[in-house]
Amino acid sequence: MNLGISATEFLSQVREGNVSVEEFVAETIDRIQKVEGKIHAYLTIDDKNALEKAKMIDKKIRNKEKVGSCLGMPISIKDNICTAGLKTTCASKMLENFIAPYDATVVSKLKTEDAIILGKVNLDEFAMGSTTEFSYFGPTKNPWNIEYVPGGSSGGSGVSVSALESLISLGSDTGGSVRSPSSFCSVVGLKPTYGLVSRYGLVSYANSIEQIGPVARTVEDVAFILNIISGLDAHDNTTLDKGNADYTKDLDAGVSGKKIGMIIQMTGDGIDKEVASATNKAISKFEDLGAECSSISLDAVEHSVAAYYTIASAEASSNLSRYDNLRYGFDFGTEGYEFKAYASKVRSNFGPEVTRRMLLGAFVLSTGYYGKYYLKAQKVRAMIKSQLDEAFKKVDLLIAPTMPILPFKIGEKIDDPLTLYLLDINTITANLSGIPAISVPFDISSSGLPIGIQLLANTLQENKLLQAAYALQQTTHLPKVPL
Amino acid sequence: MTKIGLEIHCQLTKLESKLFCKCKADYRSLPPNSNICPVCVGLPGSLPMLNRKAVEKAAMISLVLGCKIPEKISFFRKNYFYPDLPKNFQITQYNAYEPTSIGSEGKVEIEGKEIRIRRIQLEEDPGRLIYEGSSEKTLITLVDYNRAGTPLVEIVTEPDFETPRQVRIFLNVLADLVENIGVSDPYIEGALRVDGNISLEKGNRVEIKNVGSFRDIEKALHFEITRQQSLVARKIPVQAETRHWDEARKITVSARSKEEEEDYRYVPEADIPVVVIDTNTIATLQRQMPESIIAKRERYIKKYDIPPQVADVLSSDKFYSDLFENAHSETNAREIANIITTDLMGFADTREKKMELKINAKHLLDLADAIINKKITRNSGKLALQEMVKTGKSLSEVISMLDLGHVSDTFSLEKIVDEVFKEEEKAVSDAKQNADSVNYLVGKVMKKTKGKADPSTTIEIVRKKLSS
Repeated sequence: MNLGISATEFLSQVREGNVSVEEFVAETIDRIQKVEGKIHAYLTIDDKNALEKAKMIDKKIRNKEKVGSCLGMPISIKDNICTAGLKTTCASKMLENFIAPYDATVVSKLKTEDAIILGKVNLDEFAMGSTTEFSYFGPTKNPWNIEYVPGGSSGGSGVSVSALESLISLGSDTGGSVRSPSSFCSVVGLKPTYGLVSRYGLVSYANSIEQIGPVARTVEDVAFILNIISGLDAHDNTTLDKGNADYTKDLDAGVSGKKIGMIIQMTGDGIDKEVASATNKAISKFEDLGAECSSISLDAVEHSVAAYYTIASAEASSNLSRYDNLRYGFDFGTEGYEFKAYASKVRSNFGPEVTRRMLLGAFVLSTGYYGKYYLKAQKVRAMIKSQLDEAFKKVDLLIAPTMPILPFKIGEKIDDPLTLYLLDINTITANLSGIPAISVPFDISSSGLPIGIQLLANTLQENKLLQAAYALQQTTHLPKVPL
Repeated sequence: MTKIGLEIHCQLTKLESKLFCKCKADYRSLPPNSNICPVCVGLPGSLPMLNRKAVEKAAMISLVLGCKIPEKISFFRKNYFYPDLPKNFQITQYNAYEPTSIGSEGKVEIEGKEIRIRRIQLEEDPGRLIYEGSSEKTLITLVDYNRAGTPLVEIVTEPDFETPRQVRIFLNVLADLVENIGVSDPYIEGALRVDGNISLEKGNRVEIKNVGSFRDIEKALHFEITRQQSLVARKIPVQAETRHWDEARKITVSARSKEEEEDYRYVPEADIPVVVIDTNTIATLQRQMPESIIAKRERYIKKYDIPPQVADVLSSDKFYSDLFENAHSETNAREIANIITTDLMGFADTREKKMELKINAKHLLDLADAIINKKITRNSGKLALQEMVKTGKSLSEVISMLDLGHVSDTFSLEKIVDEVFKEEEKAVSDAKQNADSVNYLVGKVMKKTKGKADPSTTIEIVRKKLSS
């Protein structure tokens, strides 16, 4: 059986009776068992329930009963999104034994549509990182070369889809965490407009900028899942009304006459040569398809990394303060401790990257520094937004490489946080401004590593964004994952 | 000069649900940790959903305290570690960067003195810690999160009070105001909590916390003034510090000064978008506001000719003014106001006693009409009222049960007056000389009839017999 089909292809195969859900899920579980030892994408595998659910859906299909639109599609969920009854660890010792009593809104929406949750996938602890090396349970590896990082923080999502361990995955994108692994693992990853997808059940890291986003093999699959998970939610005050938007509609509308601007600040110094030439190639493909391409300068982008790490760390220091191990967490007795001593003892179990960001965040929020750092960062954020507003008066879409460099070896940059932070330069603009952005697999480097191209559109312009992404995808013929 | 400022926490007890989730706002008398959900215990992934009704009620408090309401309000997180705070931050409001809390710059007048309100903010109440024994010596601390997330309004005054007495009067006025507009029942235990700050003559500011009931704040302030005065007299400087009220010993004790140094690292609460309060919303709220205490007082005086002192007392007590509104008619309003303020308020002056009253508007209406129509005397009326509030029986039942029927028929009264005249010969001859002594004889008649005789008829008969 070919596990490498798209989710859309899976739906038609199941509908036509060419494949049963049970067969497909069982085969996927076999695949997981075969490759997990090499790549470590999953933290929890719910194989028994998945198979049972698959049988149930097959039965419904046989009996011509009503079945949800996912038809038993196997999906993996990043382990910072709550799933009732399954552990949600955030890849942290602090939540080693935490089982949420409720489903995140996105999870319950998928379950309603008869998607099958195969399991929970790896991430950098609390989604802080861009390589998935900062997981308490050990790193996830890139299926294109297992000595290389898969990107992050949603490394498990990118890898599980790329390595044929699931058809779809849900990740979260705070500064590029869906797009980075999508680019490094040659899959499609979308960061939707802030508020388009409910965050209820997503464990907060930087709540003013993060969004849940789908990872899939094709743009059609991403559009299909976005239809299901988006829209107003009575559990999230920040969700937006999407009206009667259908993201799968007119995906093949093309880009003829569309104006596309290349962001100068994301394509200059520090960009890998092969990445730069892939970007130019993508631009000429768009021109071939009838788009008008130009260069656009967003000079506020130069301050975006500093602004991003100030805001994200500030929010993290507040969001993560609840982990005092009193109500849930890991085994550690309270005997003999006064509360504050206990909390500080317990909290020394956060990993190095989380600790670094919480310290940084607490510092920038402290009396006397708020104006100097946090407020200034918010000003940069407003500046980026206004420069984007100006840019979108001139162009329909923006383009840049998703990641400035190719995937690198595990451990290579782990001791150099600043270099790692700078890798987010191309992705964080969408987070700080709330606009949607997508990474589309476009090329493979001479060393055999994937290169993704990023497209950005204005707020709630997902339709336009997905149409352009689809057009770009149709120009590519990429090899199969070697694993 | 003594300067006192207050920080008052007022729970919005009239709301159905908590500030950010659907759990009950009334957490009292429930088994521990049974009124909780992922949101109010801050489970990973949960998000707050703002209760719009709470915003409206807080805005009503702002309006009644004469505060400005900004066009946009927003929320902040106040970060600090404490086991009763499930997220280790409290969602509250903060005005340091621009006024975004539900109210600011208000004022209240008490006895001709203006007390300025600095700000009003809407926030969540934490859970509660329960210690085994005292908090200092306890080995086990239990946490109950039933209260966590309950809607709370913090009212901060400028340091405009000069005496603890002014504080007491202000708090009584405030309690009446929030009760009158239907946002809170200030007499429920823990619904209204007060912290104070106080400084004497250019001295350092001392904060007083942990005052259990809002009635104790006056005692705590008195103690603190005496303590600071005695320090000054001995030339010992007053420390700027936080002191806790020790209810058992009725003194303030120094709390760890470390608490004061805490940096709350305020950060905007991004999970709750800015709330726009436009002029329409405010106009609607103003229309929905019940009649103010002052307007009510004026109406009582002008429309019913109720004496100002009576109108004062009646209008400021929601329980009794509601009873009055339901019972009175054009003709008996004065009498009912009189019965409530002179008799009924004497029977029941606390919330508990009010709750026990078995009296309704019908009782009062019947009683007032009976007095006006001279079916019963005021004195008997008081006895009847006492019985009605205890048993809830109707006026006619009570009158026959206690034999309170009015003696106003001339024949029976004349017989009684004759008896009195026989017994009080000296008084009768005095009264013939001195008109004032008539009252003495009337009083004797009243005594003989146990207060049932109609006073005016009695006077008439006595006068007639004296002159004959």
